[in-house]
This record gives sequence, C-alpha cells and structure tokens, in this order.
Amino acid sequence: MSGESIAAATGDILEVAGLSRNFGAIAAVADLSFKVREGEVKAVIGPNGAGKTTLFDMIAGVTAPSSGRITLAGERIERMPAHKRVDRGIGRTFQTLQIFTEMSVLENVVVGHYPRGHSGWVNALLRLPSGLSEERREREHAMALLERVGLADRANDRAGDLSFGDRKLLELMRALATGPRLLLLDEPAAGLSHAGAERMMEIVAELNADGLSVLLVEHNMRMVMNLSHDILVIGNGRFIAEGTPDAVRTNPDVIAAYLGEDEDA
Amino acid sequence: MSQTAATEAPPAGALPAHDDVRDDAREGTGGTDAAPAARPVRKPRLFARNAVSFVVLWALMIAVPFVAPNFYVVSLVNLFLIYVILIASLNLVIGFCGQISLGHAGFFGLGAYASGILSAKFGLTPWLGLPAAALAGGLGAFVIGLPALRLHGHYLAMATLGFNAILVVLFNELIPLTGGPNGLLGIEPFALGPIALDTDETVFWLVWIVSLVVMIAIANLVDSRMGRSLRAIGGSERGAASLGIDTYRTKLATFAIAGAMAGIAGSLYAHVNLYVSPETFSVFPSIMLLVMVALGGTGRLWGPIFGAAVFIAVPQVLLDFADLELLLFGLAMLIVLIGFPAGIAGLADGWRRWLK
Ligand SMILES: Nc1ncnc2c1ncn2[C@@H]1O[C@H](COP(=O)(O)OP(=O)(O)O)[C@@H](O)[C@H]1O
Ligand SMILES: [Mg+2]
Repeated sequence: MSGESIAAATGDILEVAGLSRNFGAIAAVADLSFKVREGEVKAVIGPNGAGKTTLFDMIAGVTAPSSGRITLAGERIERMPAHKRVDRGIGRTFQTLQIFTEMSVLENVVVGHYPRGHSGWVNALLRLPSGLSEERREREHAMALLERVGLADRANDRAGDLSFGDRKLLELMRALATGPRLLLLDEPAAGLSHAGAERMMEIVAELNADGLSVLLVEHNMRMVMNLSHDILVIGNGRFIAEGTPDAVRTNPDVIAAYLGEDEDA
Repeated sequence: MSQTAATEAPPAGALPAHDDVRDDAREGTGGTDAAPAARPVRKPRLFARNAVSFVVLWALMIAVPFVAPNFYVVSLVNLFLIYVILIASLNLVIGFCGQISLGHAGFFGLGAYASGILSAKFGLTPWLGLPAAALAGGLGAFVIGLPALRLHGHYLAMATLGFNAILVVLFNELIPLTGGPNGLLGIEPFALGPIALDTDETVFWLVWIVSLVVMIAIANLVDSRMGRSLRAIGGSERGAASLGIDTYRTKLATFAIAGAMAGIAGSLYAHVNLYVSPETFSVFPSIMLLVMVALGGTGRLWGPIFGAAVFIAVPQVLLDFADLELLLFGLAMLIVLIGFPAGIAGLADGWRRWLK
C-alpha cells in the first residue's frame, strides 16, 4: 500500500479483490486487487488491451466478473445490476461516447437526474403538476451543471450537433447529475485537443477538490501524473505496479511495460 | 420503482444547488451550495410539446362529418384515426425507445377480439370492452416482452414476429370464440343510452375523442421523466443504464403501454367495423405499420399522422391497382430509408426551418 498523501482518516470508497474476467481463452482481467480511498483520484494505466475498460465495465455492472469481489462503501456490489449501482453512487463516462444524440443538450443532463427523480408512468401520461415541478428543479440543476462547463448557451441544441470535445464534457456532466460518490472516467482526454485536455483536467481536479472520488483510465500522462494521488499499472489484465505518481514513474517494471513507449503521449 | 437508495448516498459536494433535487427529507441539509443557475431556465410547459398542435388539428377535424361529401369519406377518416393510434404507439416503441417490434398488429388483434368477443359472445357493452381491450393488448405486450425484450435487434424483431404469427393461429383456430377464418360476426356498436353509434358519422365522435386522448397521452409521455428515460434507451442503452435507468423494465413498460394503445385501437376497429377477421392482424399488417412509422418519421411525434394519412390515402388513389400499391409501399420504404431517414415529418421540419 502506498500514497499516504490522502488523509488516512477517510475510508475506502471502493475495494476490488481478486477480480477476474475471461472472454473465452482471453483473461482480460486476471486477479486484480486494489482500493480507492474516499476523496482520492486513482488512475489505472496500461497499454491498449490491458483490460482497463473491462475493469470499468465490471465495476459499473455492465460485464459480470468471472470471479472476485467488488465492494462500494462497505457494500458488496459485484452481483448488483448496473442501474442499482448508480443508485449506490457509481457514475461513469465511456471511452466511446454514449450520449443521447437526438435529445437536447439540456435533456441529456436532465436524464442524469433519473436516480433522484420520483414521477412515474401515470404521472408521465397525465402530465401531472408534481412531475412538472420536479422537472423544473431538474432543469435548473442541469443548467447549472452546463454553465459549469460553458455549455449553457447550447442547452437547447441537439446533443449530436455538439463538437466532440463538448460531447465529452456533456457526458461528464450527465454522469455528475446522478449524484455519484465515485466517478469512473474512461479516457476522458482521448481525442481532445491539447487545450481541451487541459480543460478536462481542470474540471476533474475541481470535482475532486469538491470531494468526489475518481477512478481514472487515461493515456495522457500529463493528466494522469497531475491528477492522481495513486496509480495502478496493469498489463495483460494483470497487476504490474501500484503507487504514487513518482514511485510509478521510476518503477522499472512500469517503464518496461508501458511508460517507456508512451511517455510523450 | 424504488429510488430510496439514491437518497442515502451523501452528496458528492461537487454539485451546485445539489439539494434542490433531493428528497424533501434531505432538503436544506447541504446548506450553502453554490447559487442556482444564473441563466433563466424555461419552465416546463403546462401542456406538452405538440399536444396543443394535436388539439388544433383535431379541432379542425370536427368539420369532417359536416363537410364530407359522403359517409365513405367519414369511414376513411375513422380508419385514419384508428391507424394514427396504431402507428403512434408503435412509434413509441421503435422511434423513441429504439426497439424493433414486428408484432404490433397482434396487439391490435388482441384488443379487437377481446372487445369483439365480449360483445358478440357475452353481450357485454363496448364501454367495458374498450378498457378490456386495452388490458388485453397491454397484457399481451407485457407477456411477450418479458422474454423478447431481453433480446436486441434482429432477434427481437424475429421474436415479436413469431408471437404475431402464433396469435394469428389462435385467431384462426379458436373458432367457438373467434369465428375462425370466417371472422367474428355479431359485434354490437357503441351506444350512448338509446342512441347506437352505428353510422360512420356518429361513431366518428368516439374515434375522434379517443384518438385525441391517446395522442395527447403520447405527447405527454415523450416529454416526461419516464419518456426521457425511454428515449435515452433509444439513444444509447448503455448510456441509459449508466444513469440508473433499469433499461429492461423501462422497455417492458413502454412495450406494454404501446400494446394497450394498440388494444384500444382494436376495440374501436371492432365496434366501428362490426366485424373482425384474422388477416387484419397478421404479420403483414405489422410490417406495414413499421413501414408507416418510418415513412411518417421515426421518433417524431407528427410522423404517425403523416404515416396514417399515406396508409389510408394511397389505396384510395390506386383502388384498381392493388398489387401496384404493395410495390409503391415497398418502393417508398426504400426511398425513405436511403434518401430521407427522418421521414415526412422530418421533411416538414426541414421546410419549416427553411421558411424561417
Ligand atoms: N466483449 C469482449 N469479447 C471478447 N474479448 C474482449 C471483450 N472485451 C474486451 N475483450 C478483450 O479483453 C482485453 C482487454 O480489453 P479492454 O478492457 O478493452 O482493454 P483496454 O481498455 O485496457 O484497452 C482485450 O484483449 C480485448 O480484446
Ligand atoms: Mg479501453
């Protein structure tokens, strides 16, 4: 264990123990164990195909583990369906964007409020006042989130018409609208311009400063080194190293497996 | 749907005005979060987007019984309104929720036979047959959706198609109830006290109001929390699940609601036509409904109105060329899919924007 930089007083938000996933003969993730402490940014890095997305999908509930345990704030969740894990506080973004292109920018973020909403099908068909006042609160809150990333002007535009970078920001704000305790970010800077990546980095740093725990998969080493309190390095689904950015940077196994080839990414 | 767990998670603190959208119980506990949006947010409309324009269109249709040159035109309008319900409910499943269904005419049939049999064989008033038909269509969709909505794409299409085929077999074989291939005779019309709604002009008013209510319900739904969640599934099922939406349950509910609406259309059809037979509810009409959804404009609220208009009007124009009609629909489908996937409603939107 390493990374004493975070106050030891806070507990673990996430604990992964002996987690594995096989696709046929491929062991996409093999016997991984690690923790994310409350309030920390933990990065998972490794070459393409290392199993990072598969790991995220297992934590989020999209892919069932072949074996192992996942514990969120003391509760075992590895058998819980994805939508229930969102209720428990897991928010995520995707490596390949999953925004709702036909809905407006504002609606995308309003949908993110789903876990905290109440109005059901009868309310929907009859357009009852209680549903409308709930919707008004959600809209105001969604607009505040859009303001935060400078997308408020685009609120009524079709989400599919946003630039790639703006779509990434939108997806992040949509995830934030669910009210997560742990945010899983799968390559948030991938495909962004230098300025876009810097911006994304600032936003993630802000969210973390506000207390949000983050599990980050990213190839942009500047972002990883700047944001992370702790880094887990994996290759071929297996553990390679874990530690503070400085410790990982100088770890010979890591240099051999990954950093050497990708330092200037 | 229980959302209690969500309120247990402590606020991440990352969200401005976070407590605004929390439970009353938690309201105010977060204290001094950032100010609410400086930018004014449009309040949700009292009436759903498009609901008002539907009311206007339906208001115009009040003139139909008075200006129609003959009863035949009124009967076509009745059929048009019934198909508006059918196509609009299918559009909910396909256009908004992104799930292919090739069995919608089956739910139409369940409603028609439920209401028709209750009337012809049990002497029950159509006023009870109508809700019974909604129940039959909704329940039928729920039962088929239970296994089928675990599937995606082609598999879902084939499962719903298979279900439709099974229903047609039942309509044909349960002769004591359905009358079999010869059809069900002896269905009574709706009646208001002593006045039977047994002419096209009188039953028009019933079809008119029921179709309007269904269309407003659909407009409401699309513009609501549950409607946004089902549209989210249509946009990205993975994305929707990542926001806490139980995608399977939501698809199932959407399917059942659409099935119930098809059932309502079935009841209207049975008591307007006073006769039903299996071929109206077979796989081929299901495919035609799908074509009309696409032709009208997939995932657009006005689409089904255009789709139904084309569906009713084209055979009238080509009365003597029944085979040509099929060819034309097939051709139209190809042109829509390749040339303007947004359908007629999409073209209309384009013109409107262009005119501005
Ligand atoms: N659904 C799947 N079916 C089969 N193999 C998969 C599937 N998903 C991922 N894999 C394999 O698992 C390994 C890890 O993939 P992934 O988790 O996407 O890696 P990363 O995100 O680190 O690039 C790769 O070898 C990939 O080909
Ligand atoms: Mg990946």
